[in-house]
Amino acid sequence: MRVVLAEDLALLREGLIQLLEANDCHVVEAVDNAPSLLRALTTHRPDVAVVDVRLPPTFTDEGLRAAIEARRHIPGLPVLVLSQYVEQLYARELLADRSGGVGYLLKDRVFDVHQFVDAVRHVAAGGTAMDPEVVSQLLDHHRADAPLQSLTPREREVLGHMAEGRSNAAIAARMFITEKAVSKHTNSIFSRLGLPPSADDNRRVLAVLAYLDG
Amino acid sequence: MRATGTQAWRLVQQTADAVTLILLAPLGLLLFVLTVVGIVVLPVWLVSMPLLLLTLALTRPYADLHRGFAARTLGVAVPPPYRTREPGGALRQLGRAARDPARWRDLAWLPVNGTVGVVLYLVGLVESLLHQILAPLPGPYALELAARCNRRFLGSSQQARLARRVAELTRSRAAAVDIQAAELRRIERDLHDGAQARLVALGMTLGIAEQSLEQDPERMRRILGQARDELSAALGELRGLVRGMHPPVLADRGLVGALEALVLASPLPVSVDIALPGRPSAPIESAVYFGAAEALTNVIKHSDAHRADLLLRHQAGVLVLRLTDDGHGGADLDAGSGLRGIQRRLATFDGTLSVDSPDGGPTEVVLEVPCALSSPRTSPSSARA
Repeated sequence: MRVVLAEDLALLREGLIQLLEANDCHVVEAVDNAPSLLRALTTHRPDVAVVDVRLPPTFTDEGLRAAIEARRHIPGLPVLVLSQYVEQLYARELLADRSGGVGYLLKDRVFDVHQFVDAVRHVAAGGTAMDPEVVSQLLDHHRADAPLQSLTPREREVLGHMAEGRSNAAIAARMFITEKAVSKHTNSIFSRLGLPPSADDNRRVLAVLAYLDG
Repeated sequence: MRATGTQAWRLVQQTADAVTLILLAPLGLLLFVLTVVGIVVLPVWLVSMPLLLLTLALTRPYADLHRGFAARTLGVAVPPPYRTREPGGALRQLGRAARDPARWRDLAWLPVNGTVGVVLYLVGLVESLLHQILAPLPGPYALELAARCNRRFLGSSQQARLARRVAELTRSRAAAVDIQAAELRRIERDLHDGAQARLVALGMTLGIAEQSLEQDPERMRRILGQARDELSAALGELRGLVRGMHPPVLADRGLVGALEALVLASPLPVSVDIALPGRPSAPIESAVYFGAAEALTNVIKHSDAHRADLLLRHQAGVLVLRLTDDGHGGADLDAGSGLRGIQRRLATFDGTLSVDSPDGGPTEVVLEVPCALSSPRTSPSSARA
């Protein structure tokens, strides 16, 4: 798997390169600022980009903006955004083009190497991986007028797992139910959120987006 | 109907004012004469002391009455410009009065009021009486002129206004320093009891892991997992601390983006109406953001509201943020220290925070900060979140 990495702190950049290379990922280029990132993404067209939100020159949300910009040029380009903090607003912006292949994780998640590499692969395959903190913020206070209100607590739990990027099999294992029961829940979620039948992956993205809009 | 009603009432009041002031004018002249006599015979303590104390005690309410008239007529506040009173004996009071320029201006005004003033009051009286008979006349002008004259003599001098401003600034600067010191103490405490303590625990856990490296690999794996959890918790606390100091989204996106993120994370539906043609300075953005966050938290916690509306504007050089909710009202600034803290913080920028919350609602919290916006970048945003 070919990866472009954007991280301005040398220590973390080297760490991530080591970690990815040790897990069958080839880091084709590692950059430390947003303009180089845009150029690297358009020239290499990697399988996935791993991007820090805060990059030079302004040290604000350059990385996020560059990732969104790159996806305008290359629709569906898989991007995994890493950050020291997560913001629902940014998650929504990342998902707004509705084409999937988006991850948004706290840097802490790198500690669990296995899970982190799974997330990278999942995003590269067009899936969605939202940080559990984004998801839990939403679970803590879902609104009275949100479309999610029509979901049962069980369905909301399934949707939370979907947002974190788990497959039906993984959700089944987590919730101690059968995979068939999970797919029953997901179908019910899709119909309650008014998502017409289409490729399952895309509907999952849209459901997560509805979730973030809640 | 109502407009003519208030106009008629105004005329009645003006007539009453004019009559009162005309009748009281001789008293003013008497006070002037007595004060001058008191000053002339100053060395004769037995006479001058009681005389001056008496005129001082009477001149102030006499002048206050005319200040009230000026304020009513002109529709502006005319606060007494005297230096603050301090306890002390009669001699001390006289000494203070002699050093207070406002007292001397009172004294200079008394003869003016008793001569030119009376003429103006008389003309004003005739005017307002005429008005009550022949309604569609312009004016009355004489009373307004008299009020202006009184305000000039009895209102604050430029110097007094500056002195008051300096006192205000001294107070708000001291408060700002206090707030900053308290913040630093809080951060120190949070770091000490939170992230630092967790990192110490992490070091110990790693030490134990090192010891069990050879004897018990299974135990070591468990301990390493524990170490990772401790590290995550430490990072989590640091994140919380940073959010409390300066939320990263505020640094990234400025006030508008940060407010949108705030509203998005709110369990209550909040409609947002923001139109800012530029950005205020960073300290003002931060103060207003924390003000909005505190106000919104109060709505969520205490108001039982079903929805709220947030409005942000920059009008006539003032940044205005208004948060209204449909809750049960009865919010009190003094009930929680949160909004008081925001008020002190805003005062550093001459900003204000006011709460209007009748029982039964609705509640309206308004933050106002006079400031200029930088760069003519337009960032309008209207979203239902």
